[in-house]
Amino acid sequence: MRLIGWAIALAAAGLTPAAAGAQAQAPSQNTNAAPAAATPPAGTAQDATKADAAQPAIVYGSVGHAAPTPGIGEPDGRKGIQTQVTPIGEEAAAFHNYWLLPLCALISAVVLALLLWSIVRFRRGANPTPSRNSHNTVIEVIWTLVPVLILVAIAIPSIRLLRHTYSPPPVDLTVKVTGHQWYWTYELPDYGVSFDSYMLKEANDPTRQANQRARTDADGPPLLAVDERLVIPQGKIVKFIITADDVIHSFAVPSFWIKQDANPGQLHETWAKVDRPGVYFGQCSELCGARHGFMPIAVEVTSAAKFAQWVVSKGGQMPGAKPAAPDSTAISPVSTASPGAAAALPPAASPNAAPSPAVKQPATGQAATAQN
Amino acid sequence: MSTTADSLHLQPHEAHDAHHDADHKPGFFTRWFMSTNHKDIGTLYLIFAIVAGTLGGAISGIMRWELMEPGIQVLNHAWPIGSGTANFDEWTHHWNVLISAHALIMIFFTIMPAMMGGFGNWFVPLMIGAPDMAFPRMNNISFWLLVPSFILLLGSSFVSGGTGLGAGTGWTLYAPLSTSGSTGPAVDMVIFSMHLAGASSILGAINFITTIFNMRAPGMTLHKMPLFVWSVLVTAFLLLLSLPVLAGAITMLLTDRNFGTTFFDASGGGNVVLYQHLFWFFGHPEVYIMIIPGFGMISQVVATFSRKPVFGYLGMAYAMVAIGVIGFVVWAHHMFTTGMSVDEKMYFTAATMIIAVPTGVKIFSWIATMWGGSITFETPMLFAIGFIFLFTVGGVTGVVLANGGIDTYMQDTYYVVAHFHYVLSLGAIFAIFAGFYYWFAKMSGRMYNELLGKLHFFIMFVGVNIIFFPMHFLGLDGMPRRIPDYTPAFAYWNYVETVGYMITIAGVALFFVNLFWSLAAGKKAPANPWGEGATTLEWTLSSPPPFHQYSTLPKID
Repeated sequence: MRLIGWAIALAAAGLTPAAAGAQAQAPSQNTNAAPAAATPPAGTAQDATKADAAQPAIVYGSVGHAAPTPGIGEPDGRKGIQTQVTPIGEEAAAFHNYWLLPLCALISAVVLALLLWSIVRFRRGANPTPSRNSHNTVIEVIWTLVPVLILVAIAIPSIRLLRHTYSPPPVDLTVKVTGHQWYWTYELPDYGVSFDSYMLKEANDPTRQANQRARTDADGPPLLAVDERLVIPQGKIVKFIITADDVIHSFAVPSFWIKQDANPGQLHETWAKVDRPGVYFGQCSELCGARHGFMPIAVEVTSAAKFAQWVVSKGGQMPGAKPAAPDSTAISPVSTASPGAAAALPPAASPNAAPSPAVKQPATGQAATAQN
Repeated sequence: MSTTADSLHLQPHEAHDAHHDADHKPGFFTRWFMSTNHKDIGTLYLIFAIVAGTLGGAISGIMRWELMEPGIQVLNHAWPIGSGTANFDEWTHHWNVLISAHALIMIFFTIMPAMMGGFGNWFVPLMIGAPDMAFPRMNNISFWLLVPSFILLLGSSFVSGGTGLGAGTGWTLYAPLSTSGSTGPAVDMVIFSMHLAGASSILGAINFITTIFNMRAPGMTLHKMPLFVWSVLVTAFLLLLSLPVLAGAITMLLTDRNFGTTFFDASGGGNVVLYQHLFWFFGHPEVYIMIIPGFGMISQVVATFSRKPVFGYLGMAYAMVAIGVIGFVVWAHHMFTTGMSVDEKMYFTAATMIIAVPTGVKIFSWIATMWGGSITFETPMLFAIGFIFLFTVGGVTGVVLANGGIDTYMQDTYYVVAHFHYVLSLGAIFAIFAGFYYWFAKMSGRMYNELLGKLHFFIMFVGVNIIFFPMHFLGLDGMPRRIPDYTPAFAYWNYVETVGYMITIAGVALFFVNLFWSLAAGKKAPANPWGEGATTLEWTLSSPPPFHQYSTLPKID
């Protein structure tokens, strides 16, 4: 009975390979309709990189394989927040770097100075007779009220930041992100694109299979590079709809200021607008089992033309390529503030007139276990 | 508020006790295994906490060793430092077992037993002028529940937890990783362990509340109680109100795991985030449970060595009450990335920041207590001063994390790890060391070695800062927590932190040298080694106190 309910949930969310064709006419109205965690992790995904022997050779520099810029979109050992490339990220980083951080440093320095002064001035050698003062109403009121004022001065920009985060402009593009143990699935329902993204292993990693591509520096840093990047167009408002199908994961791209837990059985959303082309890396940010540290995220931001090229290379279709396909952007401005509304995927999202063979490839071996 | 009944009840024993005094001790087995004496039970708790803390600290050593360099170089070793197998997933599962065990051991079996069970049991009755705790036998079972609880937790690492041996769910036991994500009995054992530890703490809390409300000596009004007693009272209420929620939440986990319920499973109408709400409704008060008794100890120590009464006594007492109350309505700031609504985020941001106000009152009042004092710098005072500064650093990063919009970036990164280790590893643990050195003479009857104590402080102060301060850098640079391997950009500071760990264990080693040397050969301690600053009642008794104290209740005017 539990399995039946689960199968219905899967079908409703259009997530199984079998249900891929039904995806278009089954927009979920229910946040709880997505598949729930019923999959024991044992035996899943023995190898976090799928075989790609059958795939065309990688052309580095082409879309999906652009070279990352050192120091942008990836950690570089700095002692501060990563360079932000979204408007929310810039606002938040400025709030942290130019307001919260100096305030923290100042408060810590004041406390340290008062302590040091007390230590020096009121040591027994310098002050043999202690005073007996134990009350001073004025000073007690001051050190209650001043922190209140400081907190108000923090709260105002903080609440404003939250308001901005939750008021995205109309959406141009929707990406559905599904966390699995231990890889990510990306779907662009408006374009009929769907694929899995695994971490690339090092060439000398003994657990790498012979048919698995090894990481090169052009793919990105170790443990962050993936075999299939998510590609999004620059300057567009991209909505990420995030869920998971086994345990909780968390979709995080630090340079976008994005982190949203991927909860099985729920759809949540966040958004980003990135003007700068480049490659941006993140990592799963909620403990999700053995390979939690080995399911990175890589998002490549590129021009609209290259994005279209990428969509086609992934077996998808740009909306407009077929006159019959409705304009997805016109349907997309879903109310984006509440997670509940996220379930309303644009109807007729994928070009169902000619379902592309690549809409959902049953990925080799390991993915199948994760979905059954 | 001490009733006449109490005094009357004690009268007949007075003459009898006077003859026997300290000699009225039962035999070894009865004394230590069937103990109803609050001081002996306190000692048992402290020994337990030291043993558990050593284990928890050793686990963090394995973790720092693994993180010293990129790659997996330790988890592939023999058990217990590695999984002892050749399977990569079992190595990384073992990592998850280590992080879970480190947190659970440090929280439930080190800090809580040391502060409440150890110092609370020892000094609450002494400080309020009571002969013992209100329910001595319940006190005994509180301690002895902790032992099977600890055995269950340790035992869980020998049975399957899904991918490998042990429970790799993190101490938070988030569903569904802890339900459908972890087959095998390990997680069930951890759940039972938490049930027992929770029951132990609830019984302890009932005992403390009853003792403090009913057994104060004549004249010891609530507003004359030492701040340590206030801190234990507030903590006992937090325990009493929050632990049943944890018990409920983990019981639901247990039935989800074993009896087909779906409280946290969407396929049966459940909700994974519900577990997190229940857990953190307990979990946030829990962090105050770990630090508020420390506040109390620091107040006693600072006043003693400044030779002044505590500045703003009432403000200090009610700041703890306020922290306790507000601590119950801020839990979801641990869940900012779970997809909550903007209104929820705004509320929890604002409510969380309010806690900084009573906390600030405490910091400033400690400094004002030192101000104008005649301060000497014995080891407990050094730890107390270290506590005040480092707790401030942990506090301001707490204000940063309170901002829901900022936490989007920080959540589950090393910035959070740095924050809570500054308030716990450098806050709670420093407070425990301050209390331990402060009361060591009273508990053991022997003086500790001051030089070794000071060396312990300075080495440990340097060491822990080298471990935990660079974690802010790693977190800001985006390093997620709970990962056994990392990209090379994080290598430098991870290496530095491991060096910091080595320095820290050198300091802690001196603590053990000092402990055993002082117990064996320390100078005999006078009743009050700290002089005029030590004004609380325990210093009027001999060191160590007689087996049964206050046969005649002290009168406080």
